[in-house]
Amino acid sequence: MSAVSPTIVRIGAHSVFGRRRGILLFLLPLVLVGLAVLVRALVGEDLRSTEDTLYGLGLAVVVPLVALLATTGVLAPEIDDGSISYLLAKPISRHTIVASKLLVAWACVLVFGALPMLVAGLVLLLGQPEVGFAFAVGSLAGGLAYCSLFALLSVMTRHAVVIGLLYLLLWEGLLGGLLDGVRWLSVTRWAAAITEQVAGQVTLVDDLGFTYAVVATVVVVVLGGWLTGRRLQAFNLTGDE
Amino acid sequence: MSSIVLDHVSRWYRNVVAVNDVSMTIGPGVTGLLGPNGAGKSTLIALMSGFLAPSSGTVTLDDEPLWRNEQVYRKIGLVPEREALFDYLTGRQFVVANAELHGLPDPGAAAQHAIALVEMDDAQDRVIATYSKGMRQRIKMASSLVHQPAVLLLDEPFNGMDPRQRIHLMDLLRHMGAEGRTVLFSSHILEEVEQVARQIEVVVAGRHAASGDFGAIRRLMTDRPNRFVLRTDDDRTLASVLLADPSVRGARLRGDGGIELEASDFGRFSEVLPRLAREHGVRLLEVTPTDESLESVFAYLVSA
Repeated sequence: MSAVSPTIVRIGAHSVFGRRRGILLFLLPLVLVGLAVLVRALVGEDLRSTEDTLYGLGLAVVVPLVALLATTGVLAPEIDDGSISYLLAKPISRHTIVASKLLVAWACVLVFGALPMLVAGLVLLLGQPEVGFAFAVGSLAGGLAYCSLFALLSVMTRHAVVIGLLYLLLWEGLLGGLLDGVRWLSVTRWAAAITEQVAGQVTLVDDLGFTYAVVATVVVVVLGGWLTGRRLQAFNLTGDE
Repeated sequence: MSSIVLDHVSRWYRNVVAVNDVSMTIGPGVTGLLGPNGAGKSTLIALMSGFLAPSSGTVTLDDEPLWRNEQVYRKIGLVPEREALFDYLTGRQFVVANAELHGLPDPGAAAQHAIALVEMDDAQDRVIATYSKGMRQRIKMASSLVHQPAVLLLDEPFNGMDPRQRIHLMDLLRHMGAEGRTVLFSSHILEEVEQVARQIEVVVAGRHAASGDFGAIRRLMTDRPNRFVLRTDDDRTLASVLLADPSVRGARLRGDGGIELEASDFGRFSEVLPRLAREHGVRLLEVTPTDESLESVFAYLVSA
């Protein structure tokens, strides 16, 4: 049996872009690149302001939001209204269904998260293209982990978007900024550590090893996806009747 | 030929029992699952389609468990009650996708065949969001038939259909039953069920209340005490002559006028009432059944 189903990928893409919030996926990278143009015009080519813009807005806001919109768009509405039963009432492994849906979300992260980060990086610091490239790689890693996390959230609760936003705001944002130890359990900071390693010359987080960041990211990507599949195996059509 | 067997199945949600110790076998042919709203029909169909785990007991399809076993969907077609579909796809795209997900060798041809069966050829290229309730029901039906399943489970399939579509779907179900497929559909309307189903399973308040062919179920439901309120221009006379008839179990004069009456044989009572009234010169002003709701019929069945 194949790992992904082209049919589910196709339906997933329809699902993300067939709804109004799909427009947000186009708006978020526009905001990022627009701000990069503004910063470049005001400050000129500057490593520090590039780091601040790509980390503060890109890695910490745009990439997680793209992952949240794409993943919940591809899973949550179908679970909410029960139409996922048309996918589940088929002789297909639940893990194949999840992998197919995650593939759509990952493609969104690549197109609306990582590539705009590369573009914004080039706009901000054309003389050092490796910085933009490193942020694109970090975005992709963080985006993949966020997708798995939000996929699991989508099959666990009907309020995946709200809880996802609260998580980003409170855990990744507020507590991540206040408490140093949060970095060990923060997807955004793992993505930042990966970016640091690839770029070689930027400083984003203190004292978080590259190897740890990669392993933690891989664990979240794989475990989140697998648990999502497990959860779908026990999907109840009748809900909380 | 496939059979679904429920063996002492119960399902509860926290403290609420939705299905209570139900044992039944659904074999080839058309079976109607009859019961009032909230009786547990959808829960039973979810159990039979592998979308709910029994809290106790077992549900099997040809001796295979249904829960956490996606391979059973090679044999099962499911038409859920919920209307939600992939609204952004056209009807044809939706049915083709279902055929592809079943791994059929020629999904396009299989989809076309299923769409033709439910007479949706003309609307197949329209987006599902524009469909009426009846059209949605039919495209759901096409998606569940696309792999020609041995078992077809339908939850309230006639809801939202106009009379012509209803007759067409009934013909289709009868035809599938005659082909030896196992077809089960739920409904809360006895007339609907007895027009199609050979076998009827009645569920009330989560319990398996009755089982049999439609004749047996119809007799159970009609040969029960029926209550009426009569208004006439001479209550006393009519009450006394009716009490003498064996079809009437009891009669009581109401303080504010009228007769409260309980008939034990509905068929005979409906025949003798106008005749006796005419013979004794009593004018019938009003005959109102007071417990004709399906719920009261079901309640009677459970207590019987």
